[in-house]
Amino acid sequence: MDSAVQGKDAVRTALPDNRAIASLLAWNADAVLDAKYHLKELTVTIARDEIRGACLAVQAAGYNFLEDVTCVDWYPSEPRFHVTYHILSHSLKDRVRLVSPVESIDPTIDSITGIWPSANFYEREVWDLFGVRFHGHPELRRIMMPEEWDGHPLRKDYPVEGYR
Amino acid sequence: MPRSPELAKFIETSTLIKPRPEEGAKDRTMVLNMGPQHPSTHGVLRLVIEIDGETVLKVVPDIGYLHTGIEKTCEAKFYQQVVPMTDRIDYLCPMTNNLAYVLAIEKLLQLEIPDRAQWIRVLLNELTRLNSHLVWLGTHAMDIGALTVFLYCFREREDILRLFEHVAGQRMMTSYFRVGGLALEPPLDFFDRVKAFIKRMPEKIDEYENLLTGNPIFFNRLKGVGHLSAEDAIALGVTGPPLRASGVDWDLRRDMPYSSYEKFQFQVPVSNDCDVWARYVVRIQEMRESVKIVEQALAGMPEGRITADAPHVVLPDREKMKTQMESLIYHFKIVTEGFTVPAGQVYQAVESPRGEMGYFAVSDGTAKPYRVHMRNPSFATLQALQVMCEGRLIADVVAVIGSIDIVLGEIDR
Repeated sequence: MDSAVQGKDAVRTALPDNRAIASLLAWNADAVLDAKYHLKELTVTIARDEIRGACLAVQAAGYNFLEDVTCVDWYPSEPRFHVTYHILSHSLKDRVRLVSPVESIDPTIDSITGIWPSANFYEREVWDLFGVRFHGHPELRRIMMPEEWDGHPLRKDYPVEGYR
Repeated sequence: MPRSPELAKFIETSTLIKPRPEEGAKDRTMVLNMGPQHPSTHGVLRLVIEIDGETVLKVVPDIGYLHTGIEKTCEAKFYQQVVPMTDRIDYLCPMTNNLAYVLAIEKLLQLEIPDRAQWIRVLLNELTRLNSHLVWLGTHAMDIGALTVFLYCFREREDILRLFEHVAGQRMMTSYFRVGGLALEPPLDFFDRVKAFIKRMPEKIDEYENLLTGNPIFFNRLKGVGHLSAEDAIALGVTGPPLRASGVDWDLRRDMPYSSYEKFQFQVPVSNDCDVWARYVVRIQEMRESVKIVEQALAGMPEGRITADAPHVVLPDREKMKTQMESLIYHFKIVTEGFTVPAGQVYQAVESPRGEMGYFAVSDGTAKPYRVHMRNPSFATLQALQVMCEGRLIADVVAVIGSIDIVLGEIDR
């Protein structure tokens, strides 16, 4: 069985060759809130205000391809929204998952469209379905739902069959 | 003519490119609406195109017409009930979607899948790739004006769909893979039928190439159109054949192997031409490589079980269920309560015919997924449309859409 390695220092020790965790800790160890290595996947939790810097740090470390931006709603616990980024490295053949917790009182986070333009649609989707706003996004409109839609359907407090 | 307030509001909200009054009389551009009901948009893609004469200045895709909230629905289903949902995302490669999802959940459960199941999965995935590329080739050629190829491609596609029907009971929405293995042992003559089909496939691909590759009209419509550099492709999240046609040598089957792809010998076609023609060449080569992989899978098909040894996850054999109390209890528990999956998060990406199809599954330890997110190749590739079409003619937009091989079901989900 594959047991999890929890904690940023433990992960750093367990993965001495991993460039993602090394570069993130070298960049700003205070912004790295937590790290976890489970099922051969590295998850690094980044403070909300530092996500742009974290993306730049892993990009400089060779993680050149943004695969996905999505969100997980942990309602009713706080911080409620975990904005999740999957970043791939073509040269290292490795993937890192950055997670940024966002409080429901102020569901905003910096946009990373300036780093990877492909984040444009992904962030629009997160805004549309979760209601997390992205600062600095060039065109934060709904993408799936109609413009005049009320609510954000993928939130856990939104009923599966919709409001009747 | 005076407009009603409703009509004025509709025009205001439906036009994504707002008029630019500050430019006044100099503004010679026109906004053209293409789709959602347009034969070359392969479904319900709506493009708002700003044109100056015939030249495209701006393309804004408007999507969401097919949004069915599959991700939301998944959260209300047991883990095994999500498998049929994944078919509906991308109706041209159901097996690929099945595979990505079951691999993700198997990773969470840390299941060992027997070789035979893995090899059958590979075989079916490559047949799915052929199926999807045949639809792409037929419709893409038809968009360009070569109507004949469509019928030729659908002739072979029909054979593949019959094979799917034979093995899974369904032609398109196969749902054949299960968490922990396969739904059923394939019928006795299935491999012989695949062998017969795959034997005649290379000459059929030659036949399509005879119709298209040397065709000067087809060549001139495709060559140099829709240029996408490698840097742009990576920045815009493009994956799959369009990425490889831009000169980036990346294929998840080879570089991050899953389901024992590392045991198969195949080439990854790459082109440095970066245009629609390069995407055509890459996909045709991919079809030939898929044929090779299927041949290898047939030749080396291992014997053994098709499901993992995990009675709490895999439904027992019918025979056992009727004769053994233990199996009956497991069967009853799995069907009525589902199976629990340890808490955790996984991201599993596979190389679908269109690019990287990734499933992000979050479990909270219950029998229903807490969150299932699909990373879809077409969704990201659609963002590159603006770069590829800018400064080209409207007719090239049709060629470019065909070349990125979009499926709106997976974009909108």
